[in-house]
Amino acid sequence: MATDLRRGGPRPGRWRVRGAPYAFLLPAVALFALFFALPIGYALYLSLRKVEVKGLGLGSGARQEVWAGLSNYTAALSDSELLSSALRVLGYGAIVVPSMLGLALVLALMLDAERTRLGGFSRLAIFLPYAVPGVIAALMWGFLYLPDVSPFHYLLDRAGLPAPDLLDGGPLYVALANIALWGGTGFNMIVIYTSLRSIPVEIYEAARLDGASQLQTALRIKIPIVAPSLVLTFFFSIIATLQVFSEPTTLKPLTNSLSTTWSPLMKVYQDAFVKNDIYSAAATSVVIAVITLVLSFGFLKTVGSRSNRGETQ
Amino acid sequence: MQFTTRGRLMATCLTLALGATALAACGSGDGDDAESGSDGPVSLTYWAWAPGMDKVADIWNTTEGKKTGVTVTVKKQASGDDLVTKIITAAKAKKAPDLVQAEYQALPTLVSNDVLADISSEVGDAKGQFAPGVWQQTTLGTDAVYAVPQDSGPMMFYYREDLFKEYGLTVPTTWDEFADAARALKKKDPSKALTTFSSNDAGLFAGLAQQAGARWWTTQGETWKVGIADAATAKVADFWGGLVKEGAIDNQPMYTPSWNKALNTGKQLAWVSAVWAPGTLTTAAPDTKGKWAMAPLPQWNAGEHRTGSWGGSSTGVTNDSGHKKAAARFAAWLNTDSRALAALVKEGGIYPAATAAQTGGALSAAPGFFPNQPDFYAQAAEIAKTTAPSAWGPNVNVAYTAFRDSFASAAKNKSDFGAALGVIQRDTVADLKKQGFEVTG
Repeated sequence: MATDLRRGGPRPGRWRVRGAPYAFLLPAVALFALFFALPIGYALYLSLRKVEVKGLGLGSGARQEVWAGLSNYTAALSDSELLSSALRVLGYGAIVVPSMLGLALVLALMLDAERTRLGGFSRLAIFLPYAVPGVIAALMWGFLYLPDVSPFHYLLDRAGLPAPDLLDGGPLYVALANIALWGGTGFNMIVIYTSLRSIPVEIYEAARLDGASQLQTALRIKIPIVAPSLVLTFFFSIIATLQVFSEPTTLKPLTNSLSTTWSPLMKVYQDAFVKNDIYSAAATSVVIAVITLVLSFGFLKTVGSRSNRGETQ
Repeated sequence: MQFTTRGRLMATCLTLALGATALAACGSGDGDDAESGSDGPVSLTYWAWAPGMDKVADIWNTTEGKKTGVTVTVKKQASGDDLVTKIITAAKAKKAPDLVQAEYQALPTLVSNDVLADISSEVGDAKGQFAPGVWQQTTLGTDAVYAVPQDSGPMMFYYREDLFKEYGLTVPTTWDEFADAARALKKKDPSKALTTFSSNDAGLFAGLAQQAGARWWTTQGETWKVGIADAATAKVADFWGGLVKEGAIDNQPMYTPSWNKALNTGKQLAWVSAVWAPGTLTTAAPDTKGKWAMAPLPQWNAGEHRTGSWGGSSTGVTNDSGHKKAAARFAAWLNTDSRALAALVKEGGIYPAATAAQTGGALSAAPGFFPNQPDFYAQAAEIAKTTAPSAWGPNVNVAYTAFRDSFASAAKNKSDFGAALGVIQRDTVADLKKQGFEVTG
């Protein structure tokens, strides 16, 4: 490009130089606009609309799409069912996120420890459930939870021990969390493990020379260094928790304890595909998206400012 | 040879399509035949979920359809509420298929969304071939006809003949006797239950309410009246709620592996179901072949003969169809022609709505799972005649969802079913009002 300029032909050349970044951007911008901005815009538009019926609503022309103002939003925000579904998901997240990340960290540290044997095999074995589709995992666990067909219940029964009903009340949260834990721990472990492997060996050598034990190395060196990965996995887990859908949906037919609106996304699905009310579904989706954004960016901001402060100290 | 011709044809079509000209030449969208009356080469698409429907359509394609030049292609769908939404969405995009299979309770929703065409002039003559209570569901109480009935699901009482004998139980003819049998069984063996109250299929409860005389949606002039919490339904709710509360019956949902096992091992002795139950029992409780028997549903008053319906569907023609007349002719043929009905019974395992087809032919022998009851279908046809009328409205899906949630928690907590019924009534009315319908109730 530079040679072009020197050789003359100023105008088209200059245009080409100026236009080049935009030309490179074009595919990304076009894809972003087509498959991201446009659908979101359409969802926003739908969330401001509603259907109005005249008379008995039978026959042609009885239904009309009209502007709804913010009524879909006020309905979503004042819906006690949406609030309770959000609370249920928070309760579920309070179990899933800490236990999954704690387990992933411990497993990653164990795999990274010097004396680990069969490291490759264990890594694969722990990661493998992540490759099982969520619906299949939920079905499989669902069958294991159902008292009449569960082998665990059979064994407990044989041993004369009381078997808990895992598909009811408080244990239901544990049961659902367990499915997420089983499927997600491996993935988070790999993320943490990868960043553990990127720590230079010299640091460990220095620690060993200073007389640090394996445990001390883990606590004082490894965990602080992989903190960014922990933040990342936490961030992903929070988002995955807020979006929980397939596990409760798959388990729903097996128990009376899971309602059709157990999680916020299930309510969106219910509105859109069962009640055929895409307008309410769009408004609820927007509300969920905004809350997810606020929560996740709020979290990133807090973590970011804290680590900055840490660095300046 | 045929392959190459086909290939060339496809290539031609593709070229034309890419040229964005005369795309219609490849399909068959050559305008409405409503005026001309002759069909010419017409191809129709049909969304259906009944198994083997493509084979039934093939019979049409090689006989009637060949004569009139009408070819029907079946596109297999999954049944359920989301199919209704799928059809409505397709209709909004003006891309609905010509023909759809629709459950009776979905018809008002589809009509209200302007999906189904009035085909009374083409299929009106078929009225006499169906029980009045069945036909009335396709007219929504108007002069129009929005679909042709295909199958129906008159409800019946299924029980384990051998275990009833073993526990000294008599087949209940009234609901009071049903409750007594449940209690007697619990007393003899607390690990068994007569049946379960399941909240995961609202159709069962709707059918029981229908038997008791409930009319959930009715119209008065331009106003809908919602009567889900009416006296008849409340009676049904209180009856089952009482049995669950006192522990006389189980409260776990149907169609789970647990339920299958309970039926297969005799932990549950009976099932209030419909005419299609043999098919379900074959897969759910394979070890119990020949041990079940069917009887009419218990009655609210001794000496009465009434039943409800659970399931059943119809064939409708959409407003998007460019060949409504041809489509309506197919719908009528499919559900009244003896060859078509015999194939529907054989391939699809349906129970035909057309009364003439309910006995004889493919239904002269009992279902394979009921070798001990040779007159199964003769009895079923008698029961089908006693089906009480039903009354569906434009938001059955909302009521059914509310049922699933409120009755699931009521069954789980063994709490007041009447209160749960109130929730359904409230949600259903609120949804109608929100959409702008005039509502009372």
